[in-house]
Amino acid sequence: MATSDSSPVRLLYDVRVRAVLYQVVAVALVVGIGFYLFGTVSRKLADQNIATGFDYLSRPAGFVISQSFISYDSGNTYGRAILVGLLNTVWVSVFAVALSTVLGLVVGIARLSRNPLLSTLALLYVEALRNVPLLLYLFLWYALIVAVFPPVREAWQILPDVFLSNGGLIVPSLRWSPAHTGVLVAAVFGIVLACIVASSFRRKRVATGQSRMAWPYVLAALAVPILLAMLVFQPDLVVNWPEKGRFRITGGLQVTPEFTALLVGLGLSASAGIAEIVRAGILSVGRGQWEAARAVGLHDRQTMRLVVLPQALRVIIPPLTSSYLSTFKNSSLAIAIGYPDLVMVSNTTMNQTGQAIEGIAIFMLVYLGMSITISMLMNWYNARVALVER
Amino acid sequence: MTDAAQLNTLASVADERPTRNASSWYTLLKPYIGSPFNAVVTFACLWLIYRLVTGAWGWLVTRAIVEGGPQTCKAAAGAGACWPFLAAKLRFLIFGFYPYDEHWRPALAVLLFLGAMIYSMIPRFWSRRLLWLWLAVVVTCGVLMYGGLFGLTVVNTTNWGGLPLSFMLSSVGLAFGFVLGVLLALARSSKLPAIQVIAVVFIEMVRGVPLVSILFMASVMLPLFMPDGVTIDKLLRAQVAIIIFAGAYIAETVRGGLQAVPKGQHEAAASLGLGYWLSMRKIVLPQALKIVIPPLVNIFIGFFQDTTLVTIIGLLDFLDTVRSAMRDPAWQGIAVLEGYIFAALVYAVFSYGMGSYSRFIERRLKTDHGHGRH
Repeated sequence: MATSDSSPVRLLYDVRVRAVLYQVVAVALVVGIGFYLFGTVSRKLADQNIATGFDYLSRPAGFVISQSFISYDSGNTYGRAILVGLLNTVWVSVFAVALSTVLGLVVGIARLSRNPLLSTLALLYVEALRNVPLLLYLFLWYALIVAVFPPVREAWQILPDVFLSNGGLIVPSLRWSPAHTGVLVAAVFGIVLACIVASSFRRKRVATGQSRMAWPYVLAALAVPILLAMLVFQPDLVVNWPEKGRFRITGGLQVTPEFTALLVGLGLSASAGIAEIVRAGILSVGRGQWEAARAVGLHDRQTMRLVVLPQALRVIIPPLTSSYLSTFKNSSLAIAIGYPDLVMVSNTTMNQTGQAIEGIAIFMLVYLGMSITISMLMNWYNARVALVER
Repeated sequence: MTDAAQLNTLASVADERPTRNASSWYTLLKPYIGSPFNAVVTFACLWLIYRLVTGAWGWLVTRAIVEGGPQTCKAAAGAGACWPFLAAKLRFLIFGFYPYDEHWRPALAVLLFLGAMIYSMIPRFWSRRLLWLWLAVVVTCGVLMYGGLFGLTVVNTTNWGGLPLSFMLSSVGLAFGFVLGVLLALARSSKLPAIQVIAVVFIEMVRGVPLVSILFMASVMLPLFMPDGVTIDKLLRAQVAIIIFAGAYIAETVRGGLQAVPKGQHEAAASLGLGYWLSMRKIVLPQALKIVIPPLVNIFIGFFQDTTLVTIIGLLDFLDTVRSAMRDPAWQGIAVLEGYIFAALVYAVFSYGMGSYSRFIERRLKTDHGHGRH
């Protein structure tokens, strides 16, 4: 017993003393390494005459970005350039997540089809996408776009005022103004309101057993805010028509080939994983559930929608979360094909200012913050659909 | 739904019961044209398969250029595949800028590596000896690649490239990542709060950011961390990044296995008088690792594919040698897809092979478990 002999050597064999000792050593080690690294880095930076701190964010950037959703030109600050990059990252991730969810759901259900042709095709799709690196697919899609579509000078005019070339897809666009933003905000508000109205009707129907016509109210909740906003803000509808010049096309909204390649690459690769997740989720719902649904007279599609999918969702949501997270993180591969996302803009910034540590710290913190936010949102949703034990 | 409608549905369900006197033709074709919807699906699939097969066959075989040089391919203007490109560049694609006359060395290293991998994938040979085998293989491969001993000329790591580099980055990364991952998993499930917090922060920070950013950090920031006069090789920096990244992901998988080991095992080990490390090494870890072998193999596949990202910080891995072959002025803009298709095939063969192995192991472990219970 440690207490019978309290000499320092005996004390070392006491489990509790050891526990404290281990932790002290571990913390001291981490703090020590941190101090050492900090010291080396600051001395080296001073030697190499590299500025530190985040002052550079307010200096003019001096480079152009090929795609931006907020007004940006080379005279704007580095801070704004990085914000443009972040918005581009979010933009492509949101579309890729939507694309991969829809495709994954379809392919996952097709994998379970009783038609052997369809299920084999779906299996081939999944295997082909899962066994080849995403980066290779990005290069391949990009090369395909450049190889298949004609150069800008011979752009295909697929619809009036819609041009397709290896410079991207160009469509007419609205000249955006703050009034349009107001209408957009109203539209989002309308969608939320419509969802609330629809769910309150559903709740009433479940509680009372009587169904009332819901759709006029839902439609009103959706449309009224938009119409009101139209009246209040009165956005002018000036269309920015693309014009085909001799060498390039000016005006209009351009969907760049980099964006398309990244979207298709991310979306397809993630959809293979999601297909497997969906399949596993549906398989996890017991046969008895199908048979019971059959017995109460639901046909296949109703069974899927009302009985199987709600139960499968519980199994599907957690892995789906990590799939979304990795899609978001994989969008950083944009730098390989030249889509100006957060990493690429930060990289340009680092090359120009030489302040690598600050640049890397910014995008790492942004990714970390976004990852935590997404996983918290999905956990909240998961808690809502999780099985409530009685 | 009204009662009458419900009855109707029930009646139609009853009508759909299979009739037993069906001919063999009927049972054979039922999955394909059992219902109108299914028939449409079948025809759509057949059409898709027809288009894919004829398109691929035409591009890969009938319209492909088999002999000639860049000019022949240019004249064909991309109507078919340009195989002379692959034939001319094959050795460069695989070995990169490694000196041409010394190609036998990386080739031997790759063969040795693949041989050791196949050997250690066979459950019958699983034992402690494997560790020594791998140590020997890694040292031999390193000597073969770098040279300097036994009269082999020294080849600097800047000239390494291609498939050997990809194999090396992923295997060394996973080996060290595995050790780091097990240690992190043990730390995270430890009862000591300070150690647990350190492990959690490390794991979550690494998992919360993309691999690209860790590679950037390693290539840009690591030189700043080193004391004066110490420079680390670019290859080593990428390797460190991959080890850190793999370690965090492996840690989470191993932690799942640790949690699945019943508490009674810990208690039994403790009651035999085993200390923490002994009980982990002899009792808990063997069981935990056995459970997580299939997900670990899946992580390995993912990391084998993720090593392609080192292209971004300028290392010549297999994907990058393919791309630099395409940038060769003589071939530029002529063979734009063939290289990627070749690379995709190579990656697919290895990934699919490892995936099948993972499924095989899963089945095997399952039956073992079943026998244990009876």
